[in-house]
Amino acid sequence: MTDIFAKHAGLREAYSGLTAASPRNPFEVVIERPISASVGIIEGRETLLFGTNNYLGLSQSRKAIDAAVETAETMGVGTTGSRIANGTFGLHRKLEAQLADFFGRKHCMVFSTGYQANLGTISALVNKDDILLLDADSHASIYDGAKLSGAQVIRFRHNDPVDLEKRLARLKDHPGAKLIIAEGIYSMTGNVAPLDKFVDIKTRHGAYLMADEAHSFGVLGAHGRGVAEMQDCEDGIDFIVGTFSKSLGTVGGYCVTDHDGVDLMRLCSRPYMFTASLPPEIIAATMAALEDMQERPELRARLQENAARLHAGLQKVGLKTGEHVSPVVAVTLETVDQAVGFWNALLENGVYVNLSLPPATPDNRPLLRCSVMAAHSPEEIDRAVAVFGEVAKHFGL
Amino acid sequence: MADSVAVISGMIIEKLLANPKVPRDIDGNSKIVEDLAFDSLAVMNFVMEIEDELDVSVPLDKLADIRTINDLAACLHTLKVAHA
Repeated sequence: MTDIFAKHAGLREAYSGLTAASPRNPFEVVIERPISASVGIIEGRETLLFGTNNYLGLSQSRKAIDAAVETAETMGVGTTGSRIANGTFGLHRKLEAQLADFFGRKHCMVFSTGYQANLGTISALVNKDDILLLDADSHASIYDGAKLSGAQVIRFRHNDPVDLEKRLARLKDHPGAKLIIAEGIYSMTGNVAPLDKFVDIKTRHGAYLMADEAHSFGVLGAHGRGVAEMQDCEDGIDFIVGTFSKSLGTVGGYCVTDHDGVDLMRLCSRPYMFTASLPPEIIAATMAALEDMQERPELRARLQENAARLHAGLQKVGLKTGEHVSPVVAVTLETVDQAVGFWNALLENGVYVNLSLPPATPDNRPLLRCSVMAAHSPEEIDRAVAVFGEVAKHFGL
Repeated sequence: MADSVAVISGMIIEKLLANPKVPRDIDGNSKIVEDLAFDSLAVMNFVMEIEDELDVSVPLDKLADIRTINDLAACLHTLKVAHA
């Protein structure tokens, strides 16, 4: 009998090497419980959380918690069905209307996760006769959506409008539809996409443009509509996809657009149709969190101040970070051993960040991915920076 | 006129040897993943460099069938001829 797990031999070897060199398994960290948005109990200790996506701290929103409790009490805890069968409650439609209104778009589709929003949107929009042009550093959900669609996939260099245009020019005689996909903020590095430049290019070449604002929704733009709003190019973006599991603190995903053709996507997007819809208490919490976000623009202002404080602080202690000031600040290290040692020392000193290893990182170097929240106090940020500085000194960096 | 497969293969090897981590004894029959220890991301990034050199774009599904340096050269040659 062929060993069905034999194909994982290489992965097992890499994994064993990593876990042998680390006092704890970086992939099995347990937050025993959060005690606030910015502090959780890990290994029995109060630990500063600098590795979540809870940018506005709304996972702890009083308004969202009350809405979830009340809805669970009155409607139960699940829908038990697909959106196209028994899984659409009045609340799902209300949330879609609320999001369409927030983005100033005609249509909105809500998916059960952000991952499925990408899978479901991409696979319904293009097929084998079409071309997808993906930023080389795209999230796995974009690559997986591309695979599910069967479209021909061409990568362009990360955040590089000149490279994108060159590749579109090579496709000038291709008869299929062309869809460009870029993210607002890149989750690993915090880099911000030049969406305004991509809009100019897609217009010149007759392509469509989809932006995944998962990490920028609620974070950038005067109203929190993301990079497209910040760069004043929303009209040029055909499809905006995003998630509720970052700035809104719940779970789920969406696609908003002005294209009427999207209505039929509900009947051909497999990741939308063949899964249970979001439970009512999650929908209610998401609606409340969206209201909370709109009512408290000061959260976004504080988030930007905190992002600048963390970014400047880490640079001041001599660490290598990306150039963009955004709520994701990645410290780049040279070797995996160094990154594993550094990450363990941070945790032992009360700071949790994400350890990101190649090939999940853009340039084959390991990253310590930090993310900052509106809920962090200046003292918490300064404490985290001080710990980073001490650990860096210990490692001779 | 489009470059021949052999010329493209030679150009790929030259580019690969510029990377000190690549074994010195590679030839057209070397397997990109097994012999060069490239992971999927490294393969995609390397192909991007070659694309610029030849002014073609390789769709990702084409990479699935490529095992050796000569396979990659043949694929690039086909795309180059189609594009010419």
